[in-house]
Amino acid sequence: MTIGLGHYLTVAAILFTLGVFGIFLNRKNVIIIMMSIELILLAVNLNMVAFSAFLGDLVGQVFALVVLTVAAAEAAIGLAILVVYFRNRGSIAVEDIHLMKG
Amino acid sequence: MYQAIVFLPLLGAILAALISLVGARARHPGGEPEAGAHPHAAAPSHAGSDEAHGEHPLRQPALASRFAELITTGLLFFSMILSWIAFVRVGFGNDAHVSLTTWVASGDLKFAWALRVDTLTVVMLVVVTTISALVHLYSIGYMADDPHQPRFFSYLSLFTFAMLMLVTADNLVQLFFGWEGVGLMSYLLIGFWYHKPEANAAAIKAFIVNRVGDFGFSLGIFAVFMMTGAVDFDTVFAQAPGLAGKTIDILGIHADALTLICLLLFMGAMGKSAQFLLHTWLPDAMEGPTPVSALIHAATMVTAGVFMVARLSPLFELSPSAQTFVTTIGATTALFAATVGLVQNDIKRIVAYSTCSQLGYMFVAMGVGAYSVGMFHLFTHAFFKALLFLGSGSVITAMHHEQDIRRMGGLKDRIPLTYWAMVIGTLALTGFPFTAGYFSKDAVIEAAYAGANPMAIYGFLCTVLAAALTSFYSWRLIFKTFHGTPHDHHHHAQAHESPMVMLVPLAVLAAGSLLAGYPFKELFAGHSVEEFFRQSLKFADGNHVLEQMEHIPYLIGFLPTLMMAIGFLVAWQFYIRKPEIPVELARQHETLYRFLLNKWYFDEIYDFLLVQPTIRLGRLLWKGGDGWLIDGFGPDGVSARVLDVTRSVVRLQTGYLYHYAFAMLIGVAALITWFMFAGGMH
Repeated sequence: MTIGLGHYLTVAAILFTLGVFGIFLNRKNVIIIMMSIELILLAVNLNMVAFSAFLGDLVGQVFALVVLTVAAAEAAIGLAILVVYFRNRGSIAVEDIHLMKG
Repeated sequence: MYQAIVFLPLLGAILAALISLVGARARHPGGEPEAGAHPHAAAPSHAGSDEAHGEHPLRQPALASRFAELITTGLLFFSMILSWIAFVRVGFGNDAHVSLTTWVASGDLKFAWALRVDTLTVVMLVVVTTISALVHLYSIGYMADDPHQPRFFSYLSLFTFAMLMLVTADNLVQLFFGWEGVGLMSYLLIGFWYHKPEANAAAIKAFIVNRVGDFGFSLGIFAVFMMTGAVDFDTVFAQAPGLAGKTIDILGIHADALTLICLLLFMGAMGKSAQFLLHTWLPDAMEGPTPVSALIHAATMVTAGVFMVARLSPLFELSPSAQTFVTTIGATTALFAATVGLVQNDIKRIVAYSTCSQLGYMFVAMGVGAYSVGMFHLFTHAFFKALLFLGSGSVITAMHHEQDIRRMGGLKDRIPLTYWAMVIGTLALTGFPFTAGYFSKDAVIEAAYAGANPMAIYGFLCTVLAAALTSFYSWRLIFKTFHGTPHDHHHHAQAHESPMVMLVPLAVLAAGSLLAGYPFKELFAGHSVEEFFRQSLKFADGNHVLEQMEHIPYLIGFLPTLMMAIGFLVAWQFYIRKPEIPVELARQHETLYRFLLNKWYFDEIYDFLLVQPTIRLGRLLWKGGDGWLIDGFGPDGVSARVLDVTRSVVRLQTGYLYHYAFAMLIGVAALITWFMFAGGMH
């Protein structure tokens, strides 16, 4: 069995779905949300690289590198916010974060 | 000159009002209501003076209040002198008509501000300005301790202006302007001591009862305009004979136009002159300062109704039914008020009921067509009733604001000048021979006897009976106040005669009460009526009441004097010789005594018939109509529904991050799905 485009896309889709469910089934920890976002981004990257190889177009791979960079920056900023938030409120439990409740 | 008579009081009122405003500003700098109590809140420059007066913030007289007193009183005296000059000038036949400016010119409705100065007007001018000037002078003494003098004098002068506007009116609307003006000033002056709840209640009562009369008055003016197309007196009177026999249709009733107009207009007179059924406000109006009672509720404003009937005599002469009604109401009032006056204990209320009764006399004269006689009684009554009120004021000051005659007694030697003034007033009121009241009162009673209308004899009986009652309650007042033993030794010992500024007006009025009768008898009730009043009063061709008055039996002419003597003797017997008799009588006739003491239960009846249902209706409309229906389905209902909706919408905003993320993802998924299936078609 050769591994074709379909397999890559399936793995990416599974990763993406895991990431999505990770965001809204998680009640405990904000860090898990950030990890889920990383998962989603990786799923997207996987898609891009797969299509890039399949179509012979390098732009996809270049774009994947860009996404990695942005993801790294986002993670850094996100963690920084998290640290500050923890200092202010003493908790990073997702259930406690409901300041926007009407 | 005529403009000066009318507008000088207005000028005085404006100046005094300015002083009053400045004074109010000085008392409460920066509009701080409690500035005197909180000196630190005031501007630094005022702080010192505020602290100095901080202990008595209300006792501080307004700045320049002396100036306000002097200028209003001075202008009034000037106006009075001009009025007497006008009296002489017009009395010799120089009627004047001063056009001021156009007031309304709208389609068919045209009338102007104008002063109509004829004999009827000058009689009123003299009465109003003289009494007003004396009351101003008296008030300087009476209100000396009051911190609000400028306001008081401003009101008094403004009242005088409105009253002068009323008596010089050239058309019905101007008359109505003055009418409402005096009503307003009456309200303000009754409620002058606005911190007293009873004074406020009395002021509101006076205003509302007058609204009932004024409602009729304004309907009358509308009816006049509808029938004649004009409101100025000359046109209306010229057209009046043509209205005879015409009818006004209301709700399918064909009412005789002239009778209806006269009755509606007379309704206004009943309200203003406190006649039977609309009299309830006058005794309560005694809550105001005593000079106000003397000026407004005895001598001038309450006689506006009498003046109005005299002014509209060309209309009333054409409607015998209306005249009969006037006589009936007048006679009933004369007797009714006199019976109530018998048992009252408040010195001012006795005099107030007496005023009410005397106004009834005037209307009896008006009703039988003896207009000049009614005006004569108005003229003399103004003097002796103002005297009695100002005298009462002097007694009240002497007794330190005690008004109950049961607590007085024996004041004769403490305040002799006031005593003699009151005795002179009482003599005139009861019609002691050759005083002013004797001529006018006898003339009224004789006119009632000679009158031709069906109720004239009822008027005659009522007025004769009332003459005896008048004499009784007037002497009762004198005896209980000035004779006998003092009931309150503390006040009695401290009683002191009033200052000169209050005694001079008393003296002038006493002179008027003694002398105002004889010199004017011929002009008002004798052979000179026609030359004196000329066109200002209209006597119909069949109206010979003034002639017939000359030919009544001698005994009838003597009857009022006899009645006066009987009343005096009974009062003397009751209150000087055997003071236990009235107590015994009151116990034996408990029901009758209660009935009279409670003023025929009029207040209670009105309360039950009118006030309570109105309150209930108001409450129903308030709670049910406004609260439940309009608010419930209107503003409150809508806002409540909006709140309901928002409350459920608010629940969507949980604040949990994963809910928002979920909603976003669902949204993105839906968008993409839509894009794939619908948007991708292109």
